[in-house]
Amino acid sequence: MYSLKDVTKTYVQKKRTVTALSKVNLEIPTGQMVAIQGPTGGGKSTLLQMLGALDKPTSGEIVLGTKTVSTLGDSKLADIRATDIGFVFQGFNLIPTLTALENVQTAFARSPLSRDEQKARSMAALESVGLAERADHLPSELSGGQQQRVAISRALVKEPSVLLADEPTGALDEATRDEIMDLLEGVWRDRGLTLVIVTHDSSVARRAERRLHLKGGHVKDA
Amino acid sequence: MFFTYLYRELSNRRKQTAIIATGMALAIALVIIVNSVAGGVKAAQSTVLQSVYGVGTDITISQTETPSSTGGRPTFTFGSGGGTTSGNSTSLSQSSLSAARGTATFADSALAKVEKTTGVKSAAATLSLQLNDFSGTTTQQGTSGTTGGTAQQQAPTGTATGAPTGGQGGGGFGGGSFSFDQTTVSGVSVTADAVGPLTSVSLTKGRTFTSADAGEHVLIVDSSYAKTESLAVGDTKKIGSTTFTVIGIVKSTSSSATTGSDMYMPLDTAQKVADLSGKVSTIYVSAESSSDVSTLKSALEKTLPKVTVSTESDLASSVSGSLSTASSLVSNLGTWLSIIVLAAAFLIAILFTVSGVTRRTREFGTLKAIGWSNGRIVRQVAGESFVQGLIGGVAGVIVGIVGVIVINVIAPTLSGGAATTTAGGAGGGTPPGGAAGGTAGGAEGGTGAGTGATGARFGAQVASTATEVSLHAPIAVSIIVIAVALAVIGGLLAGAIGGWRASRLRPAEALRSVA
Ligand SMILES: Nc1ncnc2c1ncn2[C@@H]1O[C@H](COP(=O)(O)OP(=O)(O)OP(=O)(O)O)[C@@H](O)[C@H]1O
Ligand SMILES: [Mg+2]
Repeated sequence: MYSLKDVTKTYVQKKRTVTALSKVNLEIPTGQMVAIQGPTGGGKSTLLQMLGALDKPTSGEIVLGTKTVSTLGDSKLADIRATDIGFVFQGFNLIPTLTALENVQTAFARSPLSRDEQKARSMAALESVGLAERADHLPSELSGGQQQRVAISRALVKEPSVLLADEPTGALDEATRDEIMDLLEGVWRDRGLTLVIVTHDSSVARRAERRLHLKGGHVKDA
Repeated sequence: MFFTYLYRELSNRRKQTAIIATGMALAIALVIIVNSVAGGVKAAQSTVLQSVYGVGTDITISQTETPSSTGGRPTFTFGSGGGTTSGNSTSLSQSSLSAARGTATFADSALAKVEKTTGVKSAAATLSLQLNDFSGTTTQQGTSGTTGGTAQQQAPTGTATGAPTGGQGGGGFGGGSFSFDQTTVSGVSVTADAVGPLTSVSLTKGRTFTSADAGEHVLIVDSSYAKTESLAVGDTKKIGSTTFTVIGIVKSTSSSATTGSDMYMPLDTAQKVADLSGKVSTIYVSAESSSDVSTLKSALEKTLPKVTVSTESDLASSVSGSLSTASSLVSNLGTWLSIIVLAAAFLIAILFTVSGVTRRTREFGTLKAIGWSNGRIVRQVAGESFVQGLIGGVAGVIVGIVGVIVINVIAPTLSGGAATTTAGGAGGGTPPGGAAGGTAGGAEGGTGAGTGATGARFGAQVASTATEVSLHAPIAVSIIVIAVALAVIGGLLAGAIGGWRASRLRPAEALRSVA
C-alpha cells in the first residue's frame, strides 16, 4: 500500500531548522495494522501527515498504491484525501455546529453519489457504530467516546483504503479506549483496510500486527 | 450540505451575524436616507428655480449689479409738510418702485439678439422691480412745529434712523411707529407664454395677460399676496402714483411654493412706471434641445459679452436660504458620513469574518484533511458573509425606508431664494418702531435734535421672494438596488478576504491545537 523512500521533512522556524523526519524508508503492505510509538516530538504526527497526503515531504518519495503522492499538486492531494484516506484525530475534530449525521455527511467531499444516497450511507455508518438514535445531536451533546464514534463513521463512510488515526484514544478513559479500539480493530478485520495508529498507549499498540518506533525522525521496527 | 452548514453556522454564531448585519444595515439605511434627502433637496431647489424662472427655462440672461453710491437702497425723503398732521400726530406714507435689489438692468435690444441666436426656441424678457412702501406716524411733543423725518432702510435687516430735523424751538420727537413693506413686482411680456416666470403659475381667478394689455395699468397678483392685501379681481391697487386694476390671481403650480413674484404687470407698463424705459433685468431662454444647453450658453455669451448667461445648474448654486444649507449639508456631511459608515461597516464585516476564520482554524483544517477542496471552503466562508451582508442590506433598506417615511411625515420646510432676484434674508418681523424710541428732547428746552427712533428696526417683508418648500424625499428603486448591492459587495469582500485566509490554512492544522 505504502512505499516511502528516503523521506525527509524539515520545518524551518525562526532560522532554526527542525528535522522531523530523517531519511525514512518504510513499506506498509495493504491490509496491515500498524502502530507507531515513540517519544513526544519524535515525528509521529509528521509521518502520519505524509501518509495522509496532508503535506509533502521536503525530499524523498511517497507512493500510495499506484500514486506518487510526493509529486502531486494541492488539488490532487485533496482528491486523494477525499477518496482514499480516512482520518481519525485525537480531539475528534467534529464540526461543532453540525449534527452527528451532518458531520458524517461532510465526508462526501468528492462523491458522485446523490444527496439522498449520501445521507442514507451516513445514517448506516452511524448505525454501525451504535449511534443511530444520536444522529440529530450536536457534538457538544455527545460524550467523548460517542464523538469519536461519529468521527470514525465520518472516516469510514466514504470507504477508504487507508485509515489513519493520530492518538484516537488519547482523550478517552480506559473503558472507552477499549471500546474504540474494539471498533477500529473490527472494521480493520471486516474491511481489510490498511490501518495506521499513532499511540502513546502500549495496550493499544499491542493489538497491532506491527509496531514501529519513531525517535528523532528515525523509524525502526520494534 | 452547503446550505445546511451555512444555516447552522449563522444561527449558531448569532452574535457575529448580528454585529456584521447591524453594521451593514446602519450603513445601508444611511445611504438610502442621504440619497433620498439629496433627491428631495434637489427637487426643492428646482421648485424654487421654477417659481422664479419659470418652467422650461434652460438659460437666463442677467446682469450683475455694479455697486453704485446709492446702492439701490430705497430712500424716502419727507419734506416739511410731507405728512398729514392731525392733532399731535403726523402720518407719513410713501411708496417707490425701483429695480429689484441685486439686479441690474440692461437694454431690451438684447432680446432681439437672443431670439436670433441659433438653438433658441423661445425667449422672453422681464423687468424685476421692488416696491417699497413706507408708512408711519410720528407723535410730536412740546410746542408746535413742523416735523420732518428722513428714514432710511437698509436691507435686509432694515435699521432705520428717524432723525427729526427742523424742529423750531423745541419741537421734540415723541416717538411714533413705522412700517415698511417690500413687495416684488415683475414686468412680463404679455405675449410670450412659452418661457418666463408666468409659466410656473396657474390662474385661479380672472384672466391672464393678452397682447391688448400692453401698456395698460393691469396687474396679476400672487394668491398669497392677494390674501394678505385683501385683493380680488377688479380691485385697484396704487403703485407709486399710478392706479392699477387687478385682472387675475395666480398661484404656484407646485403646491408647496409661492410664486416668484407678488405682482405681475405688462413689461412696458413696468418700464414706464419705474422710469426704466427700454430696460429689462432678465431674459429667459428655452433651448431647442436640452442637450445643447451648454453650447447655446457659449453662443449667447459670445453674442452678449457684457451680461451673465446662466444655465439651470449654474442657478442651482445660487439658491440661498435654508435650502442651500440643507443642500450643502446633504452633499457634504451626508455623503462623507455615508462613506465613512459604509467603510466602517465593511471593515467590521472583514475583521469579524477574518477572526471567525482564525477561530475555526481546526475546523477548516479538518475539512481539508478529509478532502474538502480550497474552493469549497472559500465558497462556504464567502457564502456565510454574503448572507450576513444580505441580511444587513435588507434590514438597512427597511430602516432606510422607515427613516425616509418619517422625514416625509415631518416634512421639514426649507426656504430658498434665488440670489439674482431677491435681496436675500427675511427680516425679523415688524416690531413697532418708534414705540420704544424717543428720548424727549423737547422737555429739556428743545435742542431740536432728539434722537428718537434711532435703531428702531423695520421688518423688511421679503417673505414672498423667499420661496417656502416642504421637503419631500423620494425613494428611488435604483437606490434600493444599489444599497442592497453595496451590502452584498461588503459581504462578499469580507467573505473573499476570510475565504482567502481559510484557503491558506494547511490541512495539517487539523492535527494540531487539540481543543
Ligand atoms: N508545523 C511545524 N512547524 C515547525 N515545527 C514543527 C511543525 N510540526 C512539527 N514540528 C516539529 O517537528 C518535530 C516532530 O513533531 P511531531 O508533531 O511529528 O511529533 P510527535 O511525535 O507527533 O509528538 P507528540 O507525541 O507530542 O504528538 C517536533 O520537534 C516539532 O516541534
Ligand atoms: Mg503528535
